[in-house]
Amino acid sequence: MGLFTELKDSISRATDRLFSEQEPKRIGIYGPPNAGKTTLANRIARDWTGDAVGAESHVPHETRRARRKENVEIERDGKTVTIDIVDTPGVTTKVDYEEFTDEMGEEDAIRRSREATEGVAEAMHWLREDVDGVIYVLDSAEDPITQVNTMLIGIIESRDLPVLIFANKIDLDDSSVKRIEDAFPQHKTVPLSAKEGDNMDEVYDNIAEYFG
Amino acid sequence: MPKATNADDSDAPDGVQIDLISGERMAGMATMEKIRMILDGVHDGNIVILEEGLTPDEESRLIEVTMAEISPDEFNGIEIETYPKSDTRDSSLLGRIMGGDQAEAKLTVIGPANQIETLHKDETLISALVSRN
Repeated sequence: MGLFTELKDSISRATDRLFSEQEPKRIGIYGPPNAGKTTLANRIARDWTGDAVGAESHVPHETRRARRKENVEIERDGKTVTIDIVDTPGVTTKVDYEEFTDEMGEEDAIRRSREATEGVAEAMHWLREDVDGVIYVLDSAEDPITQVNTMLIGIIESRDLPVLIFANKIDLDDSSVKRIEDAFPQHKTVPLSAKEGDNMDEVYDNIAEYFG
Repeated sequence: MPKATNADDSDAPDGVQIDLISGERMAGMATMEKIRMILDGVHDGNIVILEEGLTPDEESRLIEVTMAEISPDEFNGIEIETYPKSDTRDSSLLGRIMGGDQAEAKLTVIGPANQIETLHKDETLISALVSRN
């Protein structure tokens, strides 16, 4: 890239920031446990900042505290959208420490369940007070019509928050994006595989359009 | 408190208590009063059925308070299923103007997670299999 082009881009980014709406928008990544929220948060953060947000795991409630990656600048069509990504624990109405004892000792399982409950409560509080928009991540290989999903989407709608539904894990054989589109037809559904990086251009186009 | 009997009484009958709470009873309550009433019932091992359900904000606070009360070997949360009067598909602008997102007649079933073996909902039926522990 030439010096002139770099300078032009730099001025363009500065102008975009100057005329953008105040602070970066805080976008909460919500959804049930194990839908791939942290994998997606890490994919977005690595693509645009080079750093990850947090550890990923197949064990439920690996993310037990909301974690924020600030000032993620996403560039689409020459314009820059700046967001803070808030990766939240999977929302559930029950946490049983015995579900973790296959993976770890009882003491660690109890500690994990306590941290998970605090994290879910914190995520609900953030949803009411502290996010400007929501990325709702669903595992497209699972049935999306669950009470928690219906309830959370209802809460998000009642707060008039802009929401994008991401149908994750399209690399799995059992994936059905249509099942998710049919469950929540009032919202835009974007298919992707956060793990494989499939369809991320469409993901970023929609983030820029909805939250920019 | 919607108690006809106390589940902790040693002479209480061996069964599962079901509290059916009318919309009228809920109408004058503040959010935390409703949540306290629900969770006190669930802590006692009761199944709580709300005639008119909760608003989305109340549901959010119910989850938050439930999480604060979970403790190992004592209480591991709730099972909840709801029939909205109008489902989530009716959240168009017109639906909102007509009150589609507000509290409205809907049936909600809430019970202790460790006692409800399955809580299944299809289009016309909420079915709960409850163990007596």
